[in-house]
Amino acid sequence: MSSNGIIGQLQNGLWRDNPGLVQLLGLCPLLAVTTTLVNGLGLGIATLLVLTCSNALVAATRRWIIAEVRIPIYVLIIASLVTCIELIFKAWFPTLDRSLGIFIPLIVTNCAIVARAEVFASRNPVWPSIVDGIGMGAGFAALLIALGAFRELVGQASILSRLDMLTGGEPFAGLSFADGGLLLALLPPGAFFSLALAVAAKNVLDLRRRRLQGGLDRQGLRTPR
Amino acid sequence: MSARAISRTGLTLAVIAAVCTALVAGTYRLTSERITENTRLLLERSLAPALGATVYDGALIDSVLVLQPPHGLPGSGPATVYRVFADGRPAAALFVATAMDGYSGPIRIVVGVDPAGIVTGLRILEHRETPGLGDRIESARSDWVYQFDGRSLGNPEPGRWAIRGDGGDFDQLTGASITPRAVTRAVRDVLIYFAANRDEVFARPATEQSQ
Repeated sequence: MSSNGIIGQLQNGLWRDNPGLVQLLGLCPLLAVTTTLVNGLGLGIATLLVLTCSNALVAATRRWIIAEVRIPIYVLIIASLVTCIELIFKAWFPTLDRSLGIFIPLIVTNCAIVARAEVFASRNPVWPSIVDGIGMGAGFAALLIALGAFRELVGQASILSRLDMLTGGEPFAGLSFADGGLLLALLPPGAFFSLALAVAAKNVLDLRRRRLQGGLDRQGLRTPR
Repeated sequence: MSARAISRTGLTLAVIAAVCTALVAGTYRLTSERITENTRLLLERSLAPALGATVYDGALIDSVLVLQPPHGLPGSGPATVYRVFADGRPAAALFVATAMDGYSGPIRIVVGVDPAGIVTGLRILEHRETPGLGDRIESARSDWVYQFDGRSLGNPEPGRWAIRGDGGDFDQLTGASITPRAVTRAVRDVLIYFAANRDEVFARPATEQSQ
């Protein structure tokens, strides 16, 4: 784990070790709900909250957690937190809750969360665990937002449709740029294509950066010195 | 594992379970009132557009009638009818029905009918039709549902209560004919049911609502 301070930890979650782009965890909700930016943002916020709280709770109780039953304990903690978040969404963002539907309760099964509890929070103090939760959650949310925005732009030629689900008020159709888009982007295969493009883009950027830093040839292999 | 270790493990699990349950129970207490209110608002907001400009007394969900199958309305499950009155006289009935033959599964619709049998409005409540094609039955995506406003069994005549592709009077959607066909048929069947059971629909006592 290459973490040097809070910045390094956040960089880990957002880029280097991004749960969606690099670890490829939690892909089911990631692919299913990202048909619009607002949907992605909604699930992103919910996941970020659950991840941060579960990391904090697991880290706070790590002294008493017994190794043999740690997974049931994580599941208990995560499931309770998800239920709370679901109730809060139902109370304050009812339309968004309806739009995300089953994918809010399904955050329980997002393996990115139990993975952070096991890999990080169970071995670190509360404060770094919260930072880790925020970093990883933000990384996951950023990917959800990027995929949602991309698929909405390509599929519907609009952006920010149904922003009212977050802010309240009258239904908002979004900023439309053209009449209709490439339908494929909204269908399930479009989700896989979009994710593949995102992973490829990250790899290209990483490769270019490493090449700029020197020591790598065109294929990204380390050249002997 | 010794007996002591086992009881320690069990106790730890129990304590954590208790704390988690308290957390959920607390959140529930804080949110339950708002959630009930939201559910009612969402229901009213999704149904109200199908009433068009109908004027009525009280709330939309005051007089609910739940019909158990077989009820003769489209759909295989129980059907719900919301009745509204003005000065004690029937103002309109909202039928929540299901078109079973959508392109990718059932389509839940709400049809408002006034006592004369004229459609006050049609809205789509739930569907899984193809995005960009069949989903244009939603009022948010196209004007398709509005063509039913003011229609009745005599307008057009029963034989022409179908989409154009089937020799009827109703527009279909480019690239999707199964979806509009299913919805058009369901609306027609609701009107046929209403014509045959009109007095009963308004006269029957409201079904007890259990939360």
